[in-house]
Amino acid sequence: MIMTIARREITAMFLSPLAWVILGVVQIILGYVFLAQLDNYFILQSRLLALENAPGVTDIVIASTFQVAAIILLMIMPLITMRTIAEEKRNKTLTLLISSPLSMTEIVLGKFLGLFLFVFILVSLLMLMPLSLYMGTDLDAGKLFSIYLSMLLLLGSFAAIGLYLSSLTDNQTIAAVSTFGALLMLWIINWLGESVADGQSVMTYLSLLHHYQNMLEGIFDSSDLAYYLILIVTFLVLTIRQLDRERLL
Amino acid sequence: MDSTTLVKVENLTRFYQKHCAINQLSFSLEAGEVLGFLGPNGAGKTTTMQIITGNLAPSEGQVSINGFDIIESPRQAKQLIGYLPEHPPVYRDATVDEFLKYCAQLRRLKRAGIATAMAQAKANCGLNDVGHRLIGNLSKGYQQRVGIAQAIIHNPLVVILDEPTIGLDPIQIREIRSLIKTLGKERSVIISSHILSEVQATCDRVLIIREGKLIYNASIEALENQGKELSITVALKQPPGIEYLIEIDQVEHVETIDDNRFRLYFNSSSPAESVVKASVEQQWGLYELVPDRASLEDLFIELTRDKPVAGESRESRS
Repeated sequence: MIMTIARREITAMFLSPLAWVILGVVQIILGYVFLAQLDNYFILQSRLLALENAPGVTDIVIASTFQVAAIILLMIMPLITMRTIAEEKRNKTLTLLISSPLSMTEIVLGKFLGLFLFVFILVSLLMLMPLSLYMGTDLDAGKLFSIYLSMLLLLGSFAAIGLYLSSLTDNQTIAAVSTFGALLMLWIINWLGESVADGQSVMTYLSLLHHYQNMLEGIFDSSDLAYYLILIVTFLVLTIRQLDRERLL
Repeated sequence: MDSTTLVKVENLTRFYQKHCAINQLSFSLEAGEVLGFLGPNGAGKTTTMQIITGNLAPSEGQVSINGFDIIESPRQAKQLIGYLPEHPPVYRDATVDEFLKYCAQLRRLKRAGIATAMAQAKANCGLNDVGHRLIGNLSKGYQQRVGIAQAIIHNPLVVILDEPTIGLDPIQIREIRSLIKTLGKERSVIISSHILSEVQATCDRVLIIREGKLIYNASIEALENQGKELSITVALKQPPGIEYLIEIDQVEHVETIDDNRFRLYFNSSSPAESVVKASVEQQWGLYELVPDRASLEDLFIELTRDKPVAGESRESRS
């Protein structure tokens, strides 16, 4: 049942030109970034040879490309999540789901899974770029996998936050703007924490960036994994509660 | 035959903030009954339907569908309901076939049964020719039919239609009415409408609500009988004077409508026979004879406007 809703979600996304345009734009921009990083690597290459234990191509080219990718997708994800529930509310089609023999949990999980499938497609397409380097050199497969996973988790949490904010309104623009605001806030929230001596303040811990950074460096800490999973679950539960609550208003 | 109560609504009350939309509404619906829900705008018809289908939570009271409480066991209850809201909940970017298939899956139909269910629903709603078209490109009437098709695709025991014939042309209205009658044979149907002739044509029983209170609950026959007035209208080519008309048996009082038409009031039994007889004997040239009946509209207006609400709920089911 969750799969049925997820399939409808992903079909609806690709029926509108938005999904295609987003995939295209992201791919072009990150293709350019990737190229620039690669170029940069060739310049640095001679100097790196002199260093002992120098960072490899995976660190310099791929990690930094995905660092940029995270920021670009922070701006793009609200455009994908904005329609999920807000559009159904505006078109009064949410009634169809609520009148069907489904629980709110199934509806919300179906919507989230639909978004996550899109994220999966997006990230998998982006991963093709670093994989192309295998033609010329060896890559650190472990690090590559860590980057892939961190990207999925990061965008998964973007999607959960976007889904919740989309459930609060029937206006897609408001959903998009508030999602963008929330994501940006979670991104920069550690700026305050930086001034604390050891940099381990609560603010730092809350930051999306902080946890993402660790995984990009190939450090796979279970606390980072827990952070993303807790974030996703929290916002999904909030969405379920919000939709349940609306029947009481 | 044992009649089974499919829908049971008890003391339903619903507040929107401080505004009371429904106040202590109770009624029940048997299998094989078509219930018409009447009321002026803002009377609480849609709210009641939304509560019955689980789209809104009641402030107080219970709704049970074939014994399943809509709040406590929503899944079983919703499985038995087909609901067409005011705005048909259709995806404009899907084709009719895609949409109906999705609806069938949402209602947990078995994979093998989906094709048959879709064909059945499309045939019932006259959608056979538009299966491949995008819903967004269909006319309002067709979108409405798609809305009805999604409500009946899983063969629900209770079909709830909120103003089903809105936006349809007269032929489609007739088709939908006959569809409702067919549905009403084995299932229960609740329709809301403010078109009284529609309720008269399709329903077995009428509920009239006003300001969230039930003010009338009776079979359609009772409603029609109540509408009967004690007068007939006659039209005569060579009318005699009023004094001759008043002479006729049973006639109590005569009112002149125009040169040829008169309204004859009587007390108990109709003077129609005597009028015909007198007309033939005295060559008045009778060419029209109509028993008057206060229209359903009149009754509706009288019920929803003039009477005080308190204690007016009536049970006169036969």
